[in-house]
Amino acid sequence: MNALWLVTRRELSSYFNSIWGYIVAAVILIIDGLLFNAFALTDRPRLSFEVLRDFYYFSFGTTTIAAILLTMRLVAEEKQNNTIVLLDSSPLTDWQIIGGKFLSALMFLTLLILATAYMPAMIMVNGKVSMGHVMSGYLGLILIGSAVTAIGTFASTLSRSQLVAAVIGSVLTVFLLISWLLAKVADAPLDSVLSYMSLFDRHFRTTFMEGRIDTKDVVYLLSLTFGFLMLATRVFGARRWK
Amino acid sequence: MIEVKGLTRYYGDFPAVRDVSFNVGENMIVGFLGLNGAGKSTVLKVLAGLLMPSAGVVRINGVDVLEAPDSARAAIGYLPEEPPLYKEMRVNDFLRWCGQIRGMSKGDVDKRLPEVLKICQLTHVADRVIHELSHGYKKRVGIAQAIIHRPKLVILDEPISGLDPVQIVEMREVLKALKTTCTVLVSSHILSEISQTCDRLMVLHDGKIVAEGSETELRDRLRGKLAVEFILRGEQEVVESVLSGHPGLDNHSVRAENDLIFAHVEFSGDAREDLAKAFVEKGLGLRGMADHSSSELESVFIGLTRETPDMPKPEEVEAA
Repeated sequence: MNALWLVTRRELSSYFNSIWGYIVAAVILIIDGLLFNAFALTDRPRLSFEVLRDFYYFSFGTTTIAAILLTMRLVAEEKQNNTIVLLDSSPLTDWQIIGGKFLSALMFLTLLILATAYMPAMIMVNGKVSMGHVMSGYLGLILIGSAVTAIGTFASTLSRSQLVAAVIGSVLTVFLLISWLLAKVADAPLDSVLSYMSLFDRHFRTTFMEGRIDTKDVVYLLSLTFGFLMLATRVFGARRWK
Repeated sequence: MIEVKGLTRYYGDFPAVRDVSFNVGENMIVGFLGLNGAGKSTVLKVLAGLLMPSAGVVRINGVDVLEAPDSARAAIGYLPEEPPLYKEMRVNDFLRWCGQIRGMSKGDVDKRLPEVLKICQLTHVADRVIHELSHGYKKRVGIAQAIIHRPKLVILDEPISGLDPVQIVEMREVLKALKTTCTVLVSSHILSEISQTCDRLMVLHDGKIVAEGSETELRDRLRGKLAVEFILRGEQEVVESVLSGHPGLDNHSVRAENDLIFAHVEFSGDAREDLAKAFVEKGLGLRGMADHSSSELESVFIGLTRETPDMPKPEEVEAA
């Protein structure tokens, strides 16, 4: 656990010590703010519930983009700069390295997600929404962020190029976003599998976004996180045999 | 300390290292020599745990790298040709972190840090950010990260590449200091440099060890000669008489210049100390001694890397 935390702490500090972490944070927060102003705060009278739901709708998108941008460097940059040798020649296990890197990205992303809390707070002050809706929405965003961070971490183990890692991570994430569309043209039983895999349509839109927590969604998103971290660890470990 | 039996490593279908076997004891500096692509770095990477062997057995400090890779790596410090550094970190923070990921407690690292900074001559730059340092200092930080956790084996891949002459001399001192506490493996293709710091040399060619032994043994193997120039003060006839009466010299010449006598001597064994003693005993003033054999050493190296793998082993040469 100590070794895992050592990796996490160093990676986390690299987000705060580099311009990249601040650029991602600034861009995501600005986009979130602009979308909130443009779509949620309209002149048309609306229920506070609807405003909060819309906030989670576009926050889902910005969270997934942020996760890809934050994770693309995790392993690819180390390979590019050859600093991977420091980790490779240490007694750290592959799981500690991958786990530590994932945790650092997730912690930074969580801070970024929580930094948007002023927007739900404005809705609460000027309208009427339940704390449960606010909490469930944020839990959903963090769980989605966790799954996409794991996907991005896996993608980052596949290439030396951060750009390639970002593209692979994006393709995998987009596949999981549009799988409900593919389900419509697929035959049984593949259609139900594809439909179930859909990150937004099946596991966010009708539950977290609306203020409900379904354990099936929690289990699915955690499984996705764990599965991609396992894959990342396997791919990362294979480098010693290439 | 190191036991390697039948080590083979493929990259795809290409055998980078083929059936390499050797043993290395404690507190030695061993040099791996070879042309680019000879397999030096691959052998060192396998020893450092970065690559797994395709075949063969590698034991570090009695631990098999395949059976317990994490434990084997705990006993090793590794510096590749390009130092792996998190350049945004300060030197002391970076070294603390390196110590801790290799199992040291915070207290242990804090105690060890001043010692390592002193060995690597980094004390005055300990608070500097790494990317601000020169190439030579970055190399030293690389060595410091490799020794911070008191490893029993330190592996340095081309540690002098890219250094200026002053930095090379300083690096030589650092390597000699390391030898007192651990075994050091060094790779290089600069033969004259590696022969000055290493107790034993291994020559790799086409993924195989084609020769191993001390500098003198390697020279003997191809009947290479040691060439030395003595700078003396005294009578030229006395110098001539000492050289003529000394057994084991292959060739010598003497010339006088600016009140000094320059005696160029070539011999197959190592008669440097005996000759120096003989000159002094005859009342000659020994002003200096210059090694002129590096160019011949290069010839030995080229000869070894041109040999076929079937050439006789050193022990067979000795028996003959």
